[in-house]
Amino acid sequence: MTTETMRDVHRATTRGITAYRGYRPPPGMISWALHRITGLGVLLFLLLHIVDIFLVNYGPDTFNELLFLYRHPVFRIGEIILVAGLYYHAANGVRIILIDFWPAAYRYERQLFYGVIAVFLAGFLPTAFLMIRAMLQAGGA
Amino acid sequence: MQVTLRIQRFNPETDSKPYYREYTVEVEPTDRVLDALNYIKWYQDGTLTFRRSCAHGVCGSDAMRINGRNRLACKVLIKDLGPKITIEPLLGFRIIRDLVVDMEPFFAQYRGVMPYLINDEPPPVRERLQSPEERAIYDDTTKCILCACCTAACPIFWTTEWLGPAAIVNAHRFLFDSRDRAAEERLAILNQKFGVWRCRTIFNCTEACPRGIQVTNAIEQVKRRILFEQS
Repeated sequence: MTTETMRDVHRATTRGITAYRGYRPPPGMISWALHRITGLGVLLFLLLHIVDIFLVNYGPDTFNELLFLYRHPVFRIGEIILVAGLYYHAANGVRIILIDFWPAAYRYERQLFYGVIAVFLAGFLPTAFLMIRAMLQAGGA
Repeated sequence: MQVTLRIQRFNPETDSKPYYREYTVEVEPTDRVLDALNYIKWYQDGTLTFRRSCAHGVCGSDAMRINGRNRLACKVLIKDLGPKITIEPLLGFRIIRDLVVDMEPFFAQYRGVMPYLINDEPPPVRERLQSPEERAIYDDTTKCILCACCTAACPIFWTTEWLGPAAIVNAHRFLFDSRDRAAEERLAILNQKFGVWRCRTIFNCTEACPRGIQVTNAIEQVKRRILFEQS
């Protein structure tokens, strides 16, 4: 096999990240994808949070100066998205634990996913309402 | 009725990457996708390449992506798909040509779990007896036809080297067989980094299995056995 055809063969391999586009996702795959995305998002925030807490070492002024970041509207909206991610990741985490340890859970996998969405909405909607209200009040004042 | 099949084509000798070609065929609503593929190959385009053998859902040769989901072409009826059908090869494998993929990595993983009865005790005078209850424990995983629908539906398999659902199903079939004596060796294989722990309980495998095997449940049973037996 020449190098040229080797490369062609490599190109025709449906392996790797592009494969995700090729499959019509069933609910289980959507739940997993959301779990990964929210997990990465929360991790990203956690890293930022470690950095900002670390700045306390440089005295209260440095720390307070950084806090302008958290009052920025873009960040306030980001916070709402973060809360959404946290609620979903927590609820779906419980679903995964149930699937792992409750032997009959596989039969209710889809119902459990709809339960996760219900828990997510029940937690997120009131929280988002409170956050947006606080944001608007702070903005108007 | 008239249906249009959009089929992914690839010939490694002339094409640099896969492309799609559309074929319009006249079929009965109760025809299967395989019938439409056969019609194209026999009367429209002889170069179309796909695997099929028994054509009755037993041999597992014609696993492919039909409208984005892994199915056996011989088990899906045209009337359940509508007038536009997209057909692509299985994901996660090297394409040899058109809908034919290189299944060797899949079978290598299958062989890796020692998918045969291991028992070095002296053979009894008659059969090795087993109660109906003992047989029922692994009944579900005896149904596997090694079509690769489950493994090629696994998002982890698309990006990471791991055993894949089919190999674990076939390990489960012997792990939970009361006559088998190699549970320890098999569990050691499945407990490795590329073993059962790569499963993220996505359930794509269970959804794709044309035999209705509860694949994720089998993987979870193996996980729990490793967890509770080795701790």
